[in-house]
Amino acid sequence: MHNLKPITPLGAETARVDQFSALTIAEVPDRALASLTAREGCKEFREKASAFLGFELPSVGQSAAGSAYAAFWIGPESWMVDAPYGGNEDLARQVKAAVEGSASVVEQTDGWCRFDLSGEATIAVLERLCNADCQQMAVGAVTRTQIHHLGCFMWRQDGVFTVIGPRSSAGSLHHALMQTAQSVCGLD
Amino acid sequence: MTHSNRLGGGLVDQSTRLSFSFDGAEYQGHQGDTLASALLANGVRLMGRSFKYHRPRGVMTAGSEEPNALVELRSGARQEPNTRATVAELYDGLDARSQNRFPSLKYDFMGINDRFSNFLTAGFYYKTFMWPKAFWEKLYEPVIRKAAGLGSVSFQDDPDCYDKGFRHCDLLVIGSGPAGLMAALTAGRAGARVILAEEDFVTGGRLNAETHQIGDMAGSDWAASVVAELVALPNVRILTRTTVIGAFDHGIYGAVERVSDHLAVPESGKPRQVLWRIYSKRAVLAAGATERPIAFENNDRPGVMLAGAVRAYANRWAVTPHKQVAIFTNNDDGHRTAADLMAKGVTVTGVIDIRPDAPSLSGAEVFAGAQVVDSTGRLGLRSVKLRLASGELRDLNCGALAVSGGWNPNVHLTCHQRGKPVWNDAIAAFIPGGELPFGMRVAGAANGDLSTMGALKTGAQAAKDALDDLGIRAQLPDLPKAEDAKISLTPFWYVKASKGRAWIDQQNDVTVKDIKLAHQENFRSVEHLKRYTTLGMATDQGKTSNMGGLAVMAELTGKSIPETGTTIFRPPYTPVTMGALAGRSVGKDFHPTRETPSHKWATEQGAVFVEVGNWMRAQWFPKPGETHWRQSVEREVRQTRNSVGVCDVTTLGKIDVQGADAATFLNKIYANGFAKLAIGKVRYGVMLREDGIAYDDGTAARLAEDHFVVTTTTANAVLVYRNMEFARQCLWPDLDVQLISTTEAWAQYAVAGPNARNLLQKIVDPEFDISNDAFPFMACGEVTVCGGLRARLFRISFSGELAYEIAVPTRYGDAMIRALMEAGEEFDVTPYGTEALGVMRIEKGHAAGNELNGTTTALNLGLGRMVSKKKDCIGNVLSEREGLNEDNALRLVGLRPVDARDAIPAGAHLMNADGDVSAKTDQGYVTSAAYSPILESSIGLAFLKGGADRMGEILRVVNPLEGQDIRAEVVSAHFVDPDGERLRA
Repeated sequence: MHNLKPITPLGAETARVDQFSALTIAEVPDRALASLTAREGCKEFREKASAFLGFELPSVGQSAAGSAYAAFWIGPESWMVDAPYGGNEDLARQVKAAVEGSASVVEQTDGWCRFDLSGEATIAVLERLCNADCQQMAVGAVTRTQIHHLGCFMWRQDGVFTVIGPRSSAGSLHHALMQTAQSVCGLD
Repeated sequence: MTHSNRLGGGLVDQSTRLSFSFDGAEYQGHQGDTLASALLANGVRLMGRSFKYHRPRGVMTAGSEEPNALVELRSGARQEPNTRATVAELYDGLDARSQNRFPSLKYDFMGINDRFSNFLTAGFYYKTFMWPKAFWEKLYEPVIRKAAGLGSVSFQDDPDCYDKGFRHCDLLVIGSGPAGLMAALTAGRAGARVILAEEDFVTGGRLNAETHQIGDMAGSDWAASVVAELVALPNVRILTRTTVIGAFDHGIYGAVERVSDHLAVPESGKPRQVLWRIYSKRAVLAAGATERPIAFENNDRPGVMLAGAVRAYANRWAVTPHKQVAIFTNNDDGHRTAADLMAKGVTVTGVIDIRPDAPSLSGAEVFAGAQVVDSTGRLGLRSVKLRLASGELRDLNCGALAVSGGWNPNVHLTCHQRGKPVWNDAIAAFIPGGELPFGMRVAGAANGDLSTMGALKTGAQAAKDALDDLGIRAQLPDLPKAEDAKISLTPFWYVKASKGRAWIDQQNDVTVKDIKLAHQENFRSVEHLKRYTTLGMATDQGKTSNMGGLAVMAELTGKSIPETGTTIFRPPYTPVTMGALAGRSVGKDFHPTRETPSHKWATEQGAVFVEVGNWMRAQWFPKPGETHWRQSVEREVRQTRNSVGVCDVTTLGKIDVQGADAATFLNKIYANGFAKLAIGKVRYGVMLREDGIAYDDGTAARLAEDHFVVTTTTANAVLVYRNMEFARQCLWPDLDVQLISTTEAWAQYAVAGPNARNLLQKIVDPEFDISNDAFPFMACGEVTVCGGLRARLFRISFSGELAYEIAVPTRYGDAMIRALMEAGEEFDVTPYGTEALGVMRIEKGHAAGNELNGTTTALNLGLGRMVSKKKDCIGNVLSEREGLNEDNALRLVGLRPVDARDAIPAGAHLMNADGDVSAKTDQGYVTSAAYSPILESSIGLAFLKGGADRMGEILRVVNPLEGQDIRAEVVSAHFVDPDGERLRA
């Protein structure tokens, strides 16, 4: 076991949580991500991926989840696999082994930072941040949008909107979320 | 409270008391008042001075079209100039001041301009201030601007914040008068997503200003009942205080919501305004109409107002501008104002109707066929002079004159995509025509349907038609009984045969005479007329004046008004504060920043950062006692070259390339070959643009037969990725290649110097042999570090030293830099920043952005042989152009000053030792220069004509701009370790 201590995208040892009157912004550092993109003409890819994930790969703009993993669509024949970080530090290796050369798999865990927004004011905050039609997104829907000039994934899950943005700009993204949360909820 | 002009009733809450000040005097108003209505209630008619002649002016309208009553609100950093008093919502403590006057509104020194009006006509500036030319910018313009101005700015930072946001709907309804409400109701009941935008702070539009019944309710009550129903519908959003300012492409509208303008200070954390981008599938424009005045001599005195505005003040705000009001009209609407005023107990001293067959009116004398030809009253209207139908002149006492020349539909938004409005004879006005913006329908007065019933009917129908387009079934609501009067109007624009000045555009002090002058001087196109006279410019954009101006010009040219045409309507519909346009992109928030994985640690070390794109990179790490950046940088260089240094190179782009055809793909992307690169090896590569110019360099590491990691320069990380995606998707879609960026996923550190291996051997787990034999120069592989953390190791060198780059998952980047520093203590390790990195790469002769400057080829860079001719690649063919391959082409060389005390100036040009210094004799230019602590001399990299064959030659390095001129010797660009022994050690 190595002796290196991780830090969160916001640079702390523990995840940050910000509470507003009608909104909670929670930094989520404990998820692992791996991109999964089909190789040309590999017909067995979906079958292998499904066998590993435990569900069919979702269609355009959608996500799907099983007991161990979730996956969301990120491009033509391309998905992001999501799992708890604990036990899945090597998620990319696991997925790669499962699809056996039928897909390209790339570790993406630390390429991203992630904030879960929950509470009544969530949509009011998001509509001040991005042009995605968040109000119309059903649970499970996912889209790519820009927040504060940053390309982000926006993923509606049960009770939360998950914003996944570039890790190096976690501070800027968080700042934008905070400013807008204050705009909508005011300051206590 | 002395509200001398307050009437009974109205929609203001007369039980409330709001204190406010205007020009230092204290007044009171009510909740629901605007600044204009409250001032009128307090008997204040004089509210401003005009732009050019400083003539006393009062409020003319009751809405956003106001040309005259511009005031400054608030003070200090929140001071806001040029606010229309008609839309400034009254709040307790409001502090307002008049503007463009000195020392006071009543006594304004610059009122002298009015005496010289014969000289200050249209075009005066253009004709007068021509010579000497240099005086314009420094003398004439500043003086003129000071004399003829609007409000002033505080020159302080705006303390408030502004948001931008995005909303989506099936139907956007613009305006909440009868047409807008019916449209919203129709669509709301059908379940469509509706946004109803209203610029006023109450919904209802003209229904709040009229006494007509709808069904068995007052118009305002009917509006309130509809709004109550809409509020209860979850699919309808009502935005009050929100002006739709522009119709843009594809059904996108801009709208400004004034969230906090009605408060002294925004609530904590809340924005002052929000600029919304509304994505609509369809839109109904129900923006109503704007009344137009009739120009006559001295028609600009405080108290001369539009009739509809006077009626609105009486009915909505329970205010009259004066106890005695006269009416001047060419249509029935003026009579309506007279009737409503009289019902409120205001004396109407006469109705001057230009129509010989004007209807009679109970309670007021009607002067049929008469005209108003002049007025009196210096600071406020005292009387008007009439010319009766018989030709007789008569004076009529009045403190206010309500003028109605008819109504102009608010077609503005219909024209934002260059739609041209069409003329409608029935109302003598332009109505929407031609091609409207995508998805837009127009209803109610905005479409020329000026009756209440017309508005209700067309509003509902427009919404139904819009929803039909979208496949949403909607039912037309039952239409209530409503006013449905016919329009009776005789077009009449200005009173002729007046000797004095009749004001067409009161905001810009443009008179009928000015328009005649423009015509006389051949500025006859409406666009020329506008620029020559300033008609229709500034904050009101001619909403009350453009039609009058066009009509006068049409008459002069003998054309019809539609033939004369309108000027182009452009966004924004009403003025928008700069803060709303900027949104959150202010100061440090102008762009996001990117922090490297070692940022926190580097900050602790006191690193000095530099912005590289959005990245914050450590430039150098000062030590106690170092007083100049060069001391720090030179120490970092020496320590690295003598022992070992560590640099965060995470910012370099990393692109993961996989697929059966990954090698084939890279072979086409890079100028040099990659197909045969062995697994576990890295190769330096150069990428060319299509035109053969080199644009990026970096490395590609082959981790597996079908897996590469490409690195790019920091600056071009996005560009290279984008170009590779384009190539993958569009140029070679048949190749099996998958790309994804991993720049952020890995924290990568360069470990350089003779002790680099010794240091890394303490970090890399012992089962991985990184000896020179097992892991030679340009090797790469996956390893584990610090007891099992997965990592990638590359043996590559930018500094020219024995060097590695070690990559770990980013979350461990902070721990990794700390581990490297701790492990390196025994080797006197140093962190080094971008400056030391720059010095070392110049010493080694490695090209960077200065050399890859968009004009240079691989040949220029000394990498000509890397452009493989055995294969095709992007840029290969055009790199063979004759002009790029001349014998005398620029080549990368090194420069050393002949006199060691001299410094090579970056950017300087190279000249032969003898001869002229001129562009013709130019031999090349210096791209990079630095002081080398290793060579103890200034050194430089330069592009020199035929440089490869000029080693040892002495050249002049000149910078005529700075007077620099030194002599330097041409040497190899590889100052340090030219044979590469150190990096292979």
